[in-house]
Amino acid sequence: MEAGFSHRHLLDLASLSAEDIDHILRTAQNLKEILSRPIPKVPTLRGKLITHLFFEASTRTRLSFEKAAKALSADVFNFTARMSSVEKGETLLDTVLNLEAMGTHLFVIRHPMAGAPHFIARHTKARVINAGDGFHAHPTQALLDMLTVKEKKGTLSGLKVAIIGDIRHSRVAHSNIVGFRKMGSEVYVSGPATMLPPEAEALGARVCYRVEEALEEADVVMALRVQKERHGRKLFPSLREYAQAFGINAKRLSLAKDDCLLMHPGPINWGVELSPELQHHPQNVILEQVTNGVAVRMALLLLLLGGAS
Amino acid sequence: MKLLLRGGRIVDPSQGLDQELDLLLEDGRVQALGEKLEVQGAKVINCQGLVVAPGFIDMHVHLREPGEEWKETIETGLEAAVAGGFTAVACMPNTKPPNDNAEITRFILERANQVGLARVYPVACITKGQKGEELTEFGDLKAAGARALSDDGRPVPEAVVMRLALEYAKNFDLPVISHAEELSLSEGGQVNEGLASATLGLKGIPSQGEAIAIFREVMLAHLTQSPIHIAHVSTKLGIEIIRSAKARGIKVTAETAPHYFTLTETATLGYDTRAKVNPPLRSEEDRQAIEEALAEGVIDVIATDHAPHSELEKVCEFERAACGLIGLETALPLSLRLVERGTFDLSRLVSLLSTNPARILKVPGGTLRPGSPADVTVFDPEERWVLTPEVLRSKSKNTPFLGWELKGRAVLTIVSGRVVFTRL
Repeated sequence: MEAGFSHRHLLDLASLSAEDIDHILRTAQNLKEILSRPIPKVPTLRGKLITHLFFEASTRTRLSFEKAAKALSADVFNFTARMSSVEKGETLLDTVLNLEAMGTHLFVIRHPMAGAPHFIARHTKARVINAGDGFHAHPTQALLDMLTVKEKKGTLSGLKVAIIGDIRHSRVAHSNIVGFRKMGSEVYVSGPATMLPPEAEALGARVCYRVEEALEEADVVMALRVQKERHGRKLFPSLREYAQAFGINAKRLSLAKDDCLLMHPGPINWGVELSPELQHHPQNVILEQVTNGVAVRMALLLLLLGGAS
Repeated sequence: MKLLLRGGRIVDPSQGLDQELDLLLEDGRVQALGEKLEVQGAKVINCQGLVVAPGFIDMHVHLREPGEEWKETIETGLEAAVAGGFTAVACMPNTKPPNDNAEITRFILERANQVGLARVYPVACITKGQKGEELTEFGDLKAAGARALSDDGRPVPEAVVMRLALEYAKNFDLPVISHAEELSLSEGGQVNEGLASATLGLKGIPSQGEAIAIFREVMLAHLTQSPIHIAHVSTKLGIEIIRSAKARGIKVTAETAPHYFTLTETATLGYDTRAKVNPPLRSEEDRQAIEEALAEGVIDVIATDHAPHSELEKVCEFERAACGLIGLETALPLSLRLVERGTFDLSRLVSLLSTNPARILKVPGGTLRPGSPADVTVFDPEERWVLTPEVLRSKSKNTPFLGWELKGRAVLTIVSGRVVFTRL
C-alpha cells in the first residue's frame, strides 16, 4: 500500500484533503499503464472479495468498478436490489451484514438515498466506496473528471470550471464543486433556476443565471444530464426550451477558451443538454473520462484494500 | 398525609416568589408557604440547596400507546416524565388508531390512572383520522377528558377547515394547537434547507414554509377571535410573525423545544438520524432568535415534543428514518443552560415549564399558591451527570444528547401530594 492514505472509506470528497486527492490521482496515473498491457491484469488483490451493492440503475459506474476489480484480480459479487431479498423487505443493514458474513472486504454502493454509504460504513468492518448516493455525492466520478482535466491541463489549480444543468439533483455536480474547489479552481454553475439552488454557494460554487456568464473563458465545460426520473414535479416547461436556453452547442462552447475541455458524466441526452454537433468536436473528452474511470477505481481499490503494489 | 419541604428556594412566578421558604403539602393541596413552618406529624424533606417549583407541565409529548408500544408505553413515558421533573404531560393524538374519538381518550386516561405517576392531558385530533377533512366531536372528546385539540404531525391543509375548528372549539373552551408546516414546500424534505440540504444532498425543508403556516394560523385566530397555540417553533421568521401578531392583540401563544435552542442543523451533517426531527434543526441565526424569543416572552412555553422511536426506525438510511427525539429527561438541564448563560432567570424558566403551559391548557397547577394542587418539582441546579442509555427511563433512546455532560437534574417529583419520583 502506498504510504499516506489513511482513510478507511471513500464516502465523499468533503472528507478528503487536497493531498489525498492528489495521492489518488497519482496512483491512478501509475496504474493506467496496466490497462494498456497485452494482458491487462495484475494479481495484487487476489483473494479479496468486493461486493457491488447497486440499488439504482448504472452502466458505466458498475462495469467500470467491475473492470477495475478484475484488473487487480479481486473477486466480485454483483448484487442488484431487484431479484434480491430486498424485494422481500430485507433492510439495507441486514443485507450488508449478511454479505459481510460471506467474506466481503469492500462494498461499492450506489443508493437512491443520500448518506446510505455513510450509514453502512458505520456498521460494517469492511471498506466502503460510494458509487453515488441520492443527490449527495459521486466521488469516483469527480475523481475521474479531475484525472482527465489534470492529464490535459497539467494542473487542477487556477482553472475555471463551468457546470451546466440540473445542479440541485446532481451528485456529480456536488462532488465536482467540492473537488475542484479543494484543488484550487473556480467552479461556476448555471442552469434553470428551479434546479440551481442558492445553497450551491455554501459549497463554494458561483451561481450564474445566464449560462453565457458561466461559459466565458472557461477551461472546462461540463454538461449534466437532465435527470427526468429524479424530479417530483416538472421543473422546466419543455425539453425544447431547455435545449435552447441551457443546452451546450458549438456557438455557446466558443465562449469558453479555445483549448477548453468538453465533458459529460453520461449517459447523454443528445439534443437536450448537448447539441449533436458536439459529438465529434475536438475538445470532447467524454470517452477519455470513461477510460480514466477504470484507473481511478483501481487506485481506490488498491489504496483501501492494501495489497503490495 | 402531610409533607413539609424544608428550606428550598421557592421559585413561583405566579406569586412573584423567589426565596428560601418552607412548603407544606397536605391532602393533595398546597397548605402553606412560609419561613420555618412548624408542623406536627409531617414528613420533612430537607430541600436546602434545591429549587422548589410548581410542577412542570410538558404540553407536547408522544406516549405512543395505543399502537406503537415497542417505542413507548403510557407507563414508560410517564416514568420518563416524572424522572425529568414533569408532573403532567399533554399527549399528542397521533397514536394508532389516532385519538379522534372519546373511546381512545378514555383508554389513555384509564391507563394513565393505572400507572398513577404524572397527570395526563390527552390532546385529541382536530379532524377525523387526522385527515384534515371533517371535525371530530369536540364536545364528546372534552367530556371524555380531552384538554386540547391538534392534528400534530399532520398540519390541517385547508385554511377553511382550521377556521371551522377554531370557531367550533370556542363552544367547548378547548385550546387548538397547530403544527405549522406548509406541506407542499416541505414534501420529501429531510433537513433544513440551506447548509444542511446543500451539504448532505437531501431535500430541504425551508424555514419560510413554517412562517407561511404560522401566518395563516394567526390570521385565522384574528378572524375567529379564538386562541391558537403554535407548536415547536423553529424559525426566526416564524417568531417575527408571532411577535407582530401578539403586538396586534391576536390571541396566539407558542412553544419551542430544547433541541431548537440547543442544536443547529450542523448536528445532522454526519447523517446522524438521531438529529432528524420535524421541524428540522435550523441555522444558528434561528437558534439565537429562539433564545431571545424565550427571554422576551414571544415564545411562552418550553415543551419537549418527546418522540420515542426504536432502533428499527432510527438505525437505517437517513431518508427512511423517522422524525423525532426524546426529550422528557433532558428538557430541564438543557433549559438550565440558558439560565447559566444569562438568557433568562429561574423565574422565567418556571414560567416556561409550568405557569404558562398550565394557563394555555387551562389545567390546574402552574402555581404553589395555597389551595392549589400539590404538584411540585424539586431540582438540583448544580448536579452534573452524563446522559447514557442506561439512565434513560424512556423505552426508546433516540436522543442526540447521549454522551453529553449535563448540569441540573430533577430530584423529587410530587403529584397531588404524593412522591412519584425521588433521587433524594
